[in-house]
Amino acid sequence: MSVILNVEKLTKSFGGLTAVSNVNIQLEQGELVGLIGPNGAGKTTVFNLLTGVYVPSSGTITLSRDDNKVALQGLKPYKVCKTGVARTFQNIRLFKDLTVLDNVRIAMHKNVKYGLLSSFLHLPSYKREEKKLTEESIELLKIFNLDNKKDEYAKNLPYGEQRHLEIARALATNPVLLLLDEPAAGMNPAETAKLTELIGWIREKFNLTIILIEHDMSLVMKICERIYVLDYGMVIANGTPDEIKTNKRVIEAYLGEDVSNA
Amino acid sequence: MEQLLQQVINGISLGSIYALIALGYTMVYGIIKLINFAHCDVYMIGAYIGYFCMNNFHLGFVPSLLISMVVCTLLGIAIEKIAYKPLRNATRIAVLITAIGVSLFLEYGTMFFVKATSRSYPEMTGMMAQRFNFGNVVISMQQILILAITVVLMILLQLIVKKTRIGKAMRAVSMDRDAAELMGINVDTTITFTFALGSALAGAAGVLVGVYYNSINPLMGVLPGLKAFVAAVFGGIGIIPGAMIGGYFIGAVEVFVSGYGGSLYRDAVVFGILILILIVKPTGLLGKNTREKV
Amino acid sequence: MKKIFETQAVRKLVFLALTFVIIQLLISTNIIDAYLQNTLAAICINIILAVSLNLITGFTGQFSLGHAGFMSIGAYTCAIITLRMPTMLGFFLGVFAGAVLAALIGFVVGLPTLRLRGDYLAIATLGMAEIIRIVFINLKITNGAAGLQGIPRFVNWTWLFIFTVGTVLLISNFLKSSHGRACIAIREDEIAADAMGINTTKYKVTAFVIGAFCAGIAGALYASYFYFLKPNIFDFLKSVNVLVIVVLGGLGSISGSIFAAILLEIISTFLQSLSELRMVMYALLLIIIMIFRPQGLMGSKEVTLSVFNKLGGNFRSGMSKLEQRLKSKKGRV
Ligand SMILES: Nc1ncnc2c1ncn2[C@@H]1O[C@H](COP(=O)(O)OP(=O)(O)O)[C@@H](O)[C@H]1O
Ligand SMILES: [Mg+2]
Repeated sequence: MSVILNVEKLTKSFGGLTAVSNVNIQLEQGELVGLIGPNGAGKTTVFNLLTGVYVPSSGTITLSRDDNKVALQGLKPYKVCKTGVARTFQNIRLFKDLTVLDNVRIAMHKNVKYGLLSSFLHLPSYKREEKKLTEESIELLKIFNLDNKKDEYAKNLPYGEQRHLEIARALATNPVLLLLDEPAAGMNPAETAKLTELIGWIREKFNLTIILIEHDMSLVMKICERIYVLDYGMVIANGTPDEIKTNKRVIEAYLGEDVSNA
Repeated sequence: MEQLLQQVINGISLGSIYALIALGYTMVYGIIKLINFAHCDVYMIGAYIGYFCMNNFHLGFVPSLLISMVVCTLLGIAIEKIAYKPLRNATRIAVLITAIGVSLFLEYGTMFFVKATSRSYPEMTGMMAQRFNFGNVVISMQQILILAITVVLMILLQLIVKKTRIGKAMRAVSMDRDAAELMGINVDTTITFTFALGSALAGAAGVLVGVYYNSINPLMGVLPGLKAFVAAVFGGIGIIPGAMIGGYFIGAVEVFVSGYGGSLYRDAVVFGILILILIVKPTGLLGKNTREKV
Repeated sequence: MKKIFETQAVRKLVFLALTFVIIQLLISTNIIDAYLQNTLAAICINIILAVSLNLITGFTGQFSLGHAGFMSIGAYTCAIITLRMPTMLGFFLGVFAGAVLAALIGFVVGLPTLRLRGDYLAIATLGMAEIIRIVFINLKITNGAAGLQGIPRFVNWTWLFIFTVGTVLLISNFLKSSHGRACIAIREDEIAADAMGINTTKYKVTAFVIGAFCAGIAGALYASYFYFLKPNIFDFLKSVNVLVIVVLGGLGSISGSIFAAILLEIISTFLQSLSELRMVMYALLLIIIMIFRPQGLMGSKEVTLSVFNKLGGNFRSGMSKLEQRLKSKKGRV
């Protein structure tokens, strides 16, 4: 197994507050890893740092693709996306007033080959590529059972489907590494169980490495092979679900919340 | 040297006026994030009120100034209540277009009543017409008056904002409207009060301009309004001391550019500064950088 | 055979051709007299301006208050060229050069300022337009505040029509492409668009440059049709006018912009004699519309020619019912 993502001494401060402090994370190719921690621990901030939304105060982020090492720190989000890192957002950020289909097609834009001229004049290359783009998008939507809703506005989807669409959109960018920020938030247990299965399935199908933030321990403990625990911006533990369940520091951090009942 | 000194004095007079107008822009923007395009027309109306007080009712300078401030206060409150309040939850662009609508309404409504031609303020007499010569440097009584009144108004404003309940409410609402509301602050009253304060200052600026430059017309607010807004942005929009600094800075720049032969490009320089500051530090001189949480 | 007439493209073509021919006939028969022709020209120019600003503000979500600046660059460039080269070739050269120059300025201004958000961008573009205006007031070649007169007129209804339809089609085609969707994504959520691999700066600048290019064309047409230019035509109020058309028609609706451009120009033609009162009414209209219908006439929806399809459909189904009834009657006999 090879390391696909190597995060070293990642730190981010906002004014006086150090939201992420000296975080080291290593992901193996094909792994499914959880990132957990109490509210405000800095999990989302880690994702924002990984995807270029925030610039790290210090530390390095290295993505390895086929023996190529790319430094992600300091790259703009769209460039990070082009290296093969995609994400979803904790507070859903779909293109609300656009159709389900367009949400996915937009995420495929970086692979579009026709130029401006063709888009003005709708030349054959436009027609050919748009057809391909649309077909691929619909294929992707089928996975999430959204293909029959392709012409609906994203804002009109029920909450659970919006979360699904976020994942579909992230997949449309053709990533090697997928970051999911609380994908099951707001879902009921049945929906969560289905999602859990789906996440496992897309990992196989798209040959992905996945890191996910989640509060729902049933999901985390079931599918994550390894878990990082963040508290006050620091990694306080890292190990298999069983190790984490019994880790003293983790239990302390979650005082009151029972980690082991999942 | 003397020329330089003279420019400084002229710059302070002009800057005072910009600062007074800029305060209204900055306070309103701070509290409801609206570029109140109608603000410059409140200033214009202030100038006309002063004109009618002095010319038609033969009132003195101070009563005219006070009456103008009161009328403008009422006008500001009316504008807020009629045009902006129904749009409290509308998109920014809808409110902005409304502001432009109010501005055009005031400009052309005034033009309808007083016609487009410029009018001259009555000649100042007696003490008001005095000039003091220091070598080749001339200071007029009007300039002293402008500075004195501006300083007094700014001190009053600071006292209101820092010391009174409503002033504290203003600051609270501009920091976080929802939180302020939860703390029991009446947001609507606070917003109305902010418009009232800004409009009173604009009314004063209108009369001062009338006295200083003599000529007034229904579109006189447009350009000074834009420049005062530039001043507010320069100092950091939403920040009261920033508007004062910005006002004086823009006034000084203008006077110096004209004074040293660039009068044709005077306004272009001001807008150039605007674009430059927006590119280099969009939050202005005293503003803090914030980034959207994701 | 029937199929061909039902395709969208053909229907569009027929519609456009009819519009062109009918108006041309009305002009030839002088029903649209010289005065109304001015209105017509103003409508076409405003459509180009509004649709191009809609691309920037309504579709890409970048708030610009400087469209008159780009228009003035196109206008002066075309005027200066055609004054020295009063031929049809000179006119085309003028339109082209005007549009390219406006686009170039759009690029230079857009690149640094489009990093700004919302109101700040609006103010920066306003400042830019003012600077351009002041430069034109002071330049010799533009004859300062007095302006340029006697610009040769090459623009007639045919050219107005071609340029208007051309720019509108190019822009709406663009918006239906992946590049156009990238722009719309920025309006919807800039951070999400960025995270999905869209170079937001590039597409903001692209929209801005395309918008400026079209505004340049509109300016060139203006110069050539109205044969008189002065810098104050292109003041803040002009930019506001264009923005008002866009907002009134609906941000993100091309057909809305077109309707609003037509509607406002017709209203303004009728109220021409009222001078100040006209502006007062215009202002009141703005305030009232914003209070009661802030999303504009159309919201972000489009009217397409399928409206006619529906009408045609009703017509056809009516006909077939009639036919059936006739048949059944025949049967009875
Ligand atoms: N843009 C920002 N500016 C200031 N503080 C921030 C910003 N983003 C996150 N924070 C702070 O960083 C801390 C960690 O937040 P976050 O990463 O969202 O936590 P969580 O683990 O719940 O996802 C919080 O205290 C939050 O307020
Ligand atoms: Mg979070």
